[in-house]
Amino acid sequence: MKAFAYVNAANEKEAIAALSPSARAGQRDALTAARSGQPSSVPISGGMDLLGLMKDYIVSPDRVVSIKGLDQSIAGADGGLRVGAAAKLADLAEHAQVRKLYPALATAADSVGTPQIRNMGTVGGNIMQRPRCWYFRNEEFNCLKKGGSRCFAVEGENQFHAIFGDGPCHIVHPSSLAVPVIAYGGRFRVAGPNGSRDIDAGEFFQMPNTNLYGESVLQPNEIITHVILPAPGQRSAGYEVRFKQSHDWPLAMASVNLVMSGPTVKSARIVMGAVAPVPWRVPAAERVLAGKTITEAVAVEAATAALAGAKPMSGNAYKIQIAKTAVKRAILKAAGA
Amino acid sequence: MPVTLTINGQRHQLRVEPRVTLLDAMRTRLDITGPKRVCDRGACGACTVIIDGRTYYSCSMLAVEAQGRNIRTVEGLTPIDSATGATSRAGGVAQGKLHPVQQAFCDHDGLMCGFCTPGFVMSTVALLEKNPNPTAEQAKRALDGNLCRCGTNIGVLKAALSAKGVVRG
Repeated sequence: MKAFAYVNAANEKEAIAALSPSARAGQRDALTAARSGQPSSVPISGGMDLLGLMKDYIVSPDRVVSIKGLDQSIAGADGGLRVGAAAKLADLAEHAQVRKLYPALATAADSVGTPQIRNMGTVGGNIMQRPRCWYFRNEEFNCLKKGGSRCFAVEGENQFHAIFGDGPCHIVHPSSLAVPVIAYGGRFRVAGPNGSRDIDAGEFFQMPNTNLYGESVLQPNEIITHVILPAPGQRSAGYEVRFKQSHDWPLAMASVNLVMSGPTVKSARIVMGAVAPVPWRVPAAERVLAGKTITEAVAVEAATAALAGAKPMSGNAYKIQIAKTAVKRAILKAAGA
Repeated sequence: MPVTLTINGQRHQLRVEPRVTLLDAMRTRLDITGPKRVCDRGACGACTVIIDGRTYYSCSMLAVEAQGRNIRTVEGLTPIDSATGATSRAGGVAQGKLHPVQQAFCDHDGLMCGFCTPGFVMSTVALLEKNPNPTAEQAKRALDGNLCRCGTNIGVLKAALSAKGVVRG
C-alpha cells in the first residue's frame, strides 16, 4: 500500500479537523474527488475493510486518521437503542438487550464474516464499508465507480450483483447492518465540521445515478458517531441466505419489523439487502402485510410483491427466488410462525 | 514512527512506517514467525493472534494500532521458545511440553502441512479460555474464521473438543 501519515485522533473534534482538507490541499482534494471519489484523508476504526482496499490500491490516502476513540457503548436510550459507531460487531451480536429487542440487528451482526472480523470490525465500519464487487476490488479494472467508463459487471461475471436499481453501476450494498437499521426506522448521528446532525438511515444511502463514487451522503470530513434506533415493533426478525456460512456476504437478506395490534399487523417495514446498490425497502410488500394476520400465504404474497420490479442481469436471475425466500422466511420468523 | 508492542508478555520497541501491519512487524522485524502470511486480506486466518482475549487477523491491523494491547501468538503458548524468549502465557504448562491445545492437535491429526496450524491453535485457545467445554456447534462457529486447504478440519474439531486443561482466560 502507499505510504501515509498516521494521525491518532483523541476525540471527534480532532478527527474531523484531521479529515478536513487544509486550504491548500483543498483544491487538489476537490480535483481528485471529482475524478474518482478519493479523499486524501480517510478514517480508520477496525481497519478490516480499509486495509484491504489500501493493499489493493483501490484507496490510496495521504493521511489515515484513527477514530478508535469514538464511543463504543451499546445502551438503551429514549425508549430505543443507541450504539456507538466504534462498538465491535461481536459486542453488538452478543448484547442481551439487542438480541431480545432487535433480533434482526443481532442476527445481522452475528452473521458478518468470521469471528475475527466481528472482533475487529466496528458498527460504523460495517455501514461504511465499500462495495465487494470484484471489478471494483480489482486493481486491474478501472470501472465506473473508480472513474472509468464502464461497469464490467454488465457483460461480465454478475452472479452476485444487483437485481434492482438500473445501474449504471450494479453493486449491491455490502452492509448487513444497514438493512435492519432501516427496518427499525433508525438514524445515523453524524459529526462534521459544523457539529452533529441526525440522518434518517433510509435517506443516508445513495444510488449510483446520484453518487457514483460513494455510497452515502456522508462527506469525507464527516463520521458516523452513533446508530440510534427507536423502540422496535412487537415482532421483528432477519433472515439471510448464504452461499457459505462464514467468510462471506449474504446472497440476499431481509429484515422485517412489525407493529402489531393483537394478532394483526398494524404496520410493517421490510428491507432487503444484497439486491441493490442501497438497502432496498419494499413498500409494496409492507402494504400487503398491513391489516393482516401472518400466514404462509400472506408471507408469500408479500415476498412476491417485494420482488415484483426486479430486473436481473445475465447471471443473477436466481437471486430473485433467493430474495423472495429471504423475505418470506423473515416474515414468518418475525411472526413466530 | 516509534511503536511499542507487548507480545507474549514482552515489550518490543521498534520504528516502523504507519503502513506496516502487525503481522509484518512481528514476522520481519521481531522474528515472531508463528503467525503466517497467506492471503494478507483477512480471509484465511493463518495470521490469527489473540489480542486482549479475542482473536484478530494480524494482517488486517496496523502495528501502530496494536500498541498498548496484550498480543499473544503461538510462540507464547509454551515456555521453550528461545528465539523470542517468550514466557508461558498458558499457566501451569511445564517446560518442554506442548500447550494442551497443541498436544490435542497432534493427538487428533489436526494438521497436515501445518501452515494454517498456528492460527487454528490460537483460535482454539481463545475459544477454550472462554468456554472450556464447547459443543461441536460452538467450536465450529469459533473456528470458522480459519481455513485449512489440506482438509484437516475434522481433526481440528476433534482436537478442539478434546483438549483438556486449558486455563480460563
